[in-house]
Amino acid sequence: MTMTSASDTAPIAFVRHEMVQAEPPPPSMVGMQGWLKKNLFSTPGNILLTAVGFFLAAWLIWQVVDFAIVRAVFVGTSGEDCRKSPDVGACWPYVQAYWKLFVYGRYPIAERWRVDLTGLVFVVLLVPLMIPAAPLKRLNVILFFLIFPVFAFSMLVGGWFGLPHVETALWGGVLVSLVVAVTGIVMSLPLGVLLALGRRSKMPVIRLLSTIFIEFWRGVPLITVLFMASNMLPLFMPAGVDVDKLLRALIGVSLFSAAYMAEVVRGGLQAIPKGQYEGAMALGLSYWRMMGLVVMPQALKLVIPGIVNTFIGLFKDTTLVSIVSIFDLLGMINFTRTDSAWAAPTTAMTGYLVAAVFYWVFCFGMSRYSMFMENRLNTGHKR
Amino acid sequence: MSDNTVSAIELKADRSKMKVSDETAVKLAGVNKWYGDFHVLKDINLTVMKGERIVICGPSGSGKSTMIRCINRLEEHQKGQIVVDGIELTNDLKKIDEVRRDVGMVFQHFNLFPHLTILENCTLAPIWVKKMPKKEAEEVAMHYLKRVRIPEQANKYPGQLSGGQQQRVAIARSLCMNPKIMLFDEPTSALDPEMVKEVLEVMISLAESGMTMLCVTHEMGFARQVANRVIFMDAGQIIEQNEPEAFFGNPQHERTKLFLSQILH
Ligand SMILES: Nc1ncnc2c1ncn2[C@@H]1O[C@H](COP(=O)(O)OP(=O)(O)OP(=O)(O)O)[C@@H](O)[C@H]1O
Ligand SMILES: [Mg+2]
Repeated sequence: MTMTSASDTAPIAFVRHEMVQAEPPPPSMVGMQGWLKKNLFSTPGNILLTAVGFFLAAWLIWQVVDFAIVRAVFVGTSGEDCRKSPDVGACWPYVQAYWKLFVYGRYPIAERWRVDLTGLVFVVLLVPLMIPAAPLKRLNVILFFLIFPVFAFSMLVGGWFGLPHVETALWGGVLVSLVVAVTGIVMSLPLGVLLALGRRSKMPVIRLLSTIFIEFWRGVPLITVLFMASNMLPLFMPAGVDVDKLLRALIGVSLFSAAYMAEVVRGGLQAIPKGQYEGAMALGLSYWRMMGLVVMPQALKLVIPGIVNTFIGLFKDTTLVSIVSIFDLLGMINFTRTDSAWAAPTTAMTGYLVAAVFYWVFCFGMSRYSMFMENRLNTGHKR
Repeated sequence: MSDNTVSAIELKADRSKMKVSDETAVKLAGVNKWYGDFHVLKDINLTVMKGERIVICGPSGSGKSTMIRCINRLEEHQKGQIVVDGIELTNDLKKIDEVRRDVGMVFQHFNLFPHLTILENCTLAPIWVKKMPKKEAEEVAMHYLKRVRIPEQANKYPGQLSGGQQQRVAIARSLCMNPKIMLFDEPTSALDPEMVKEVLEVMISLAESGMTMLCVTHEMGFARQVANRVIFMDAGQIIEQNEPEAFFGNPQHERTKLFLSQILH
């Protein structure tokens, strides 16, 4: 160790005379180049992962393109045309021949405009509802949640205003998938909120009933619920009383998902600090106002990922209704793929590809939309 | 920074503006409260006149918060009588609502609603509890935001404000309900020293406007300047109360002396 003289060590006193001006970051940090370097090629391990990921993605995309386009058959009139080559891709003529069945099921051809109109009104009401900046939100909400269900019911079922009655046994395909999914989604959130509040209520009876309800529906598989709804319920009903089969499935799916939703919402409620309740109470807000204006908006915002998770699960679970011979999209594909006229090696694959794309588009859409909303609702209170 | 920086804050208050009337604002008579087996408030007797500024101090866990939270029924008492502005607190929800409309409360951790803007925080209760038209509620809110000197923050969210600003918003939010009585539960103890002053100044101006105030606080400078009575609590009971001069200058009870010697150095 050498002794350093006093002049070598940094002086203790320091006074800044000139301020350092802010400069732009070095080029390696900004732009495309900076992003690539930071995110994809920062370390040897990262470079390897990037390369492997890239090749995997390219290979997968190629497989799909190869099957759906390159090797696919686009024109034809029967399974014959899709059997010609041993190494055939998707059999699109099969989808062409059946796509109306995929969409409407056996809904009478002359009445299908009613389904189209209902679908159109649904989209016209839903789109502005989902755009936060769109005007007339209150009217929009009333139209969508109160008027539209009545409208859709009258249109699709008919039996009045001179519209012929169409029994639900004829409904099928995308129509049924969406009816079950949308009903389930729209019913499960409010029911779930009420059940969650019930389970946290100070009143023991309400708390007990909510808990029993939630645990019952969470405890049984959806398939069991649907089987019981379609096969056992009629046994308990008085003779002559006949509840529509689709309606029974709708109720089953709604209550089932409400129970899941309740637990998701309860998770959100538990994360709201006691101070929020006290702040609201001290201002004189009643229980329902406190919940509706202060607690629930924050709790629901926190659990958007969980809510959307439940929605997506529900959307895919609607395929289970085909077990009780309600023919949703997947049911229709299962039903038609065995048609001997279209017997070909890839008929079923093509049908399932259609189903996969349909479900993926909807589920991915929900997921993206929820991320958009999460960002929008972020008021930056986590400093 | 030494520990007594806080008490070194220079505060000026004009006591001549603070008038005490001979009408009762709050009356606690023989109030007792238990948390399970734990007897947290023991025979509390306290009468507060309109226009009085009461400062409540005491060691941690002595029941200060519990006592003032009983006044707007955030906590329920089991024995005794609490009368606020002529309304006795019972299980009657209507009366509780009436009392809460008349009593504002400011908390240690502000309890602002993070999903609403500052303006919305202030207009929420007037619109939904008092059924005030939105426009009028916004005017009232802006009036009080000006009074706490942050009107320019109206459209921000609580998370974007400093602690001192948030606490001033919380005060403005309470004032928007035009309360007759204000309760403060350690309003400055979660704040950095430089923000304490801005909040205390707002509280002083409130006192000068004649507001009836009950403040749990250890800001002894504030107590000296503003309070007309200081109450010392320990172990769930009121040990001593007096005018600030006498309370700080000549405490009687041993516990009060010990407590003061600890906080005043
Ligand atoms: N919800 C509760 N359940 C059980 N005990 C409680 C509850 N709230 C408070 N206590 C107890 O009651 C006593 C008084 O609490 P209180 O919050 O009134 O004290 P304080 O004087 O305000 O103290 P501090 O200065 O720490 O805020 C404490 O011993 C506390 O542990
Ligand atoms: Mg306390």
